[in-house]
Amino acid sequence: MKSILMLLGLLITPLAATGSQVHEKVLDNGLKVLMKPDHRAPIVTSQVWYKVGSSYEYGGVTGISHALEHMMFQGSERLAPNEFSRIIAENGGDENAFTGRDYTAYFQTLARDRLAIAFELEAERMRNLRLAEAEFLKELEVVKEERRLRTEDKPEALTFEQFNAAAYAASPYRIPIIGWAGDLEHLRVEDLRDWYRRWYAPNNATLVVVGDLEPEQVFALAKKHFGPLEPERVRPPKPRKEPAQRGEKRLRVGAPAKEPYLILGYKATAIGHGGEAWEPYALEMLASVLDGGDSARFSRELVRGSRIAASASADYSAFTRLPGMLLIDGTPASGRTVEALEQALRAQVERVRDEPVATSELARIRTQLIAQKVYEQDSVFYQAMQLGSLESMGLGWPLADQYIEHLSRITPEQIQAVARKYLIPENLTVALLEPRPLDGGGPPSSNATGGHGHAH
Amino acid sequence: MRIDGIRILSLVCALLSPLAPGVAWAGPEIQTWETTRGTRVLFIAAPDLPMVDVRLAFDAGSARDGERAGLASLTASLLTQGAGEWDADTVAERVESVGAQLSATAARDRATLSLRGLIEPSALDQVLETAAKSLAEPRFAAADFERARGNRLVALRQDQQNPRTLGAKAIYRRIFGAHPYASDPAGTLETVGSLRREELVAFHRRYYVAGNAVAAIVGALSREQARDLAERLTAGLATGRPAPELPPVPDLSDPFLERLDFPSTQTHIFAGQPGMRRLDPDYFPLYVGNHILGGGSGLTSLLMEEVRQKRGLSYSVYSYFLPLSQRGPFLTGLQTRNDQAAEARRLLMDTVRRFREQGPTEVELTTAIKHITGGFPLRIASNRKLVDYLAMIGFYGLPLDHLDRFNARISAVSAARIRDAFIRRVHPDRFATVIVGPKTP
Repeated sequence: MKSILMLLGLLITPLAATGSQVHEKVLDNGLKVLMKPDHRAPIVTSQVWYKVGSSYEYGGVTGISHALEHMMFQGSERLAPNEFSRIIAENGGDENAFTGRDYTAYFQTLARDRLAIAFELEAERMRNLRLAEAEFLKELEVVKEERRLRTEDKPEALTFEQFNAAAYAASPYRIPIIGWAGDLEHLRVEDLRDWYRRWYAPNNATLVVVGDLEPEQVFALAKKHFGPLEPERVRPPKPRKEPAQRGEKRLRVGAPAKEPYLILGYKATAIGHGGEAWEPYALEMLASVLDGGDSARFSRELVRGSRIAASASADYSAFTRLPGMLLIDGTPASGRTVEALEQALRAQVERVRDEPVATSELARIRTQLIAQKVYEQDSVFYQAMQLGSLESMGLGWPLADQYIEHLSRITPEQIQAVARKYLIPENLTVALLEPRPLDGGGPPSSNATGGHGHAH
Repeated sequence: MRIDGIRILSLVCALLSPLAPGVAWAGPEIQTWETTRGTRVLFIAAPDLPMVDVRLAFDAGSARDGERAGLASLTASLLTQGAGEWDADTVAERVESVGAQLSATAARDRATLSLRGLIEPSALDQVLETAAKSLAEPRFAAADFERARGNRLVALRQDQQNPRTLGAKAIYRRIFGAHPYASDPAGTLETVGSLRREELVAFHRRYYVAGNAVAAIVGALSREQARDLAERLTAGLATGRPAPELPPVPDLSDPFLERLDFPSTQTHIFAGQPGMRRLDPDYFPLYVGNHILGGGSGLTSLLMEEVRQKRGLSYSVYSYFLPLSQRGPFLTGLQTRNDQAAEARRLLMDTVRRFREQGPTEVELTTAIKHITGGFPLRIASNRKLVDYLAMIGFYGLPLDHLDRFNARISAVSAARIRDAFIRRVHPDRFATVIVGPKTP
């Protein structure tokens, strides 16, 4: 495949030269503006990214970043509740928002001649949100419904939530993005007002615009609408460093369910956090060796080969604000136990520790990465997401054009080295979903749980 | 993947939005022809990125399952699990080692093979050869079949632990009764458990034929290259004949209420009836009307306003028509805390009834038309969106100028036409309803 790789390299170079020029400018009030022209279609996506998310929260106010995200649609000085959405709709736009651990982002995708409308509305709610009590009380009920929908009634989501809370001792990554149900009960509009004042300011935000645009014009427009906004004195969040874990943690989560489910998480590093600079990239490649498609080891060996897993996946991100985990999860195949699945997954991890991965595996992953970089350019939204999230996590947008090179340089020895350093039992947390009856009586119908109450 | 740190505010993220009315907007040029085996091809040249997207759609969806629910879907999922002299590992390796993506799935009307690849010739050659053989000579090896069936049973049991999936499957059964659209494409524990490999082989032989397929191609290819691609992809297929037309979907004659006991913190409510066909004469008034009632971006509809914005009763509330070959469902729904389920259901039904009887106001209509037409450039802004439109246009036999005329047709819809269409076509008094939640909240 070497020849294909080289040809691909030739393909990508002109693309990188023409397709991915990012223009960066900063307003006097500190708002960073990133603009990336893509003239394939007469549309633009405009995204405002705030450096705040659930990892900025602390006990008692968990979920506040996400609740505030909801309130951003509930009226400002000049806009009635929901008027923001009505105006965007009238202008043919798509819009929404999302909250993560390390950021909160708002976006509109519109015909290119409507960009000024998005800017005007976003500038208005950046500093002039109303946060009225009545709207808050009602919207909080919506958020509670969202929590019931996404977490309470989903056994695997419940398991994941409990898993994070058990794995992390001090790191705020233990906090669920949507917040603990008990904290939501006691959230007050005053809490949101403080949170809003503290984090929603031009010097704590990034404006990203990708699409059919001319940077000079877009920057002038940004200056006009966002320029007059006052900056805020932003105190960066405390590091809240995770202490070394000193042994495997295990937990069982009982919930109404039919099938068991398993999560393994190894505490790892992230870009800018300890270890050699290449380590996070080696961990990314390691995750792809395990689960980078149907030809990767989990599919080949656990789903197809030994048929022990109905599904199994591995996930790690080098691009986070704080160190996270390399996560592995799976569901046993019919008639196989969750204990056997755990053994098989751990054997896969041991193998990466013990043997260097084959160069052919790495060659395939590199090709997939390069192809993926081409496919990504089919979506202006995704391109903007990449810039906004990298910037918000403090890693800087230029990484969007560099990470493939970093990944491509990773060697089998480096993958083995990070496996030996991080994928060790001392760093591991294991969560097991134990199905409880759905009908209030009788054991679950599946016989794949291997019985109840047994412990390791 | 389920481990995911992002929460999207609205559940219903519309891919539709649309230029100002009156602005002439031509869609991209669609070229069309037939392969020598008899497959119709629709092609749009998209020279900007060195990649190609292909959809090969067969009239081989779960509506062709007969009594064997899950047959079409398992057949599709096994297409990419080994072909000719290649086992599943080899197929996966051949596709992914050149950075390509290949998958096959079946919904109610269509089974679709999707391919995305780079246009570098040796890479494209390899994935095309793999896809063509997967279509023409899938192995359906006994071991692969057993594995796929076993994993499907696990997935079906997982569906049973999710109140939304449970309810969604039940409402289709209630709306469609004895019609093939009633059963879920994934099948049931009983039907999947008793499926045999030979049934998949026979299903493939009957339905995966050139005359029962439409190809959609969008990518950096010349017409000649696209022609060559389509020829190679379909070369191993038998000529065959199109699947027969599906029977029409009968109206519901009486209302029906099904309660499913489930230990959840929320009650999920689904209500609906047979809706419209893809080629329905009322398509545009029903589409625009529903946009106002419960569609659109999801944040500004009447249902959203009444249920969520004013009262905070539900995170998501929606209505939609899913147009199919025959009448697909018209569905409305929400989820709410158990003790307020009755109130939320009343509000949902009252809003649907009021909209049906009164139709939209002029302001609501104008706003909806602006939203839909103003967002036109968004809906064709990527190769992926374009190829899905092409496959839809080709499969359902829509005119090639569908995209060109879309805005004009939306703009021509009047409030009176919407009201008239809803009065004739939507009958809340005969809705089928499914309620999933604890019997005693």
